[in-house]
Amino acid sequence: MSQTHQNNAGAGSGSIKSYATGFILSLVLTAIPFFLVMNGTLSHSGTVFCIFATAVLQIFVQLHYFLHLDTSSAMYWNLMSLLFTFFIIFLFVGGSIWIMHSMHYRM
Amino acid sequence: MQTQSSAMPEHEVHDTAQTQALGFWLYLMSDLVMFSGLFATYVVMAHNYAGGPTGKELFNLTDALLETMLLLFSSVAFGLGMVGMHKGDKRMLLAGLAAALLLGLGFVGMEAAEFSHMISQGAGPQRSGFLSAFFTLVGTHGLHVSFGILWMVVMMAQIATKGLTAPVQARLVRLGMFWHFLDIVWICLFSIVYLMGVL
Repeated sequence: MSQTHQNNAGAGSGSIKSYATGFILSLVLTAIPFFLVMNGTLSHSGTVFCIFATAVLQIFVQLHYFLHLDTSSAMYWNLMSLLFTFFIIFLFVGGSIWIMHSMHYRM
Repeated sequence: MQTQSSAMPEHEVHDTAQTQALGFWLYLMSDLVMFSGLFATYVVMAHNYAGGPTGKELFNLTDALLETMLLLFSSVAFGLGMVGMHKGDKRMLLAGLAAALLLGLGFVGMEAAEFSHMISQGAGPQRSGFLSAFFTLVGTHGLHVSFGILWMVVMMAQIATKGLTAPVQARLVRLGMFWHFLDIVWICLFSIVYLMGVL
């Protein structure tokens, strides 16, 4: 049962290869936004878009390669609770920005 | 692959470890909700400088990049230690843990230096709404990292005294989840606080 044994909800055993892949992808996805901001090559909105795009990508890279999150049945509840948390975060952060932005606008 | 010396049948040990890991994951999710509250506060307060210094004047991107690298290398070092644990290789596990611990200490040290430098310049948490939110958000993450370091010290002591028993392994798995989780929170931090702050 050693092969099926590694589905330890939350952080099963990754291989050296999976950590190396995640590491290299994370390095690239960190270098891109820092380079863009330090050099100022892109327009303001283009840089903001790149910062957010690389951050979201890197979050998914680390969730997959470091925390071993996938759509397997062993990870079902981890994935569901994460999606629910994303929903709460969307309400929290999105709602705060929305309300405070329109308050600034009206005052 | 397991060297479980406990009296429980293996599937029961496995089930317990899985339930504990899921429970810990749910704790991490609640922690994420708390961080999102702090992020929401920061984003709302980000331009309330009250005539004080702005992020552009305060933040040093080279330092932020170095801190990012320390935490990323630490996360990977811990992961490699876990590969060692699943192989039953105690030396690889301890080497990974020690590397993760030292890199984490470097991160906390850099952050403490950054904080004390800002406070000595008169840019402490009481200076403006922006700085209150900044110190709360970044400080909370730093406190989490510090507790992770403390947890690593405890686990290294447990490996030394108890050996690689099933409960010790399950604790290390949960510590790994915590450590990788903190690296993920840091991605949001350097993107929203440092990069957006300097832009």
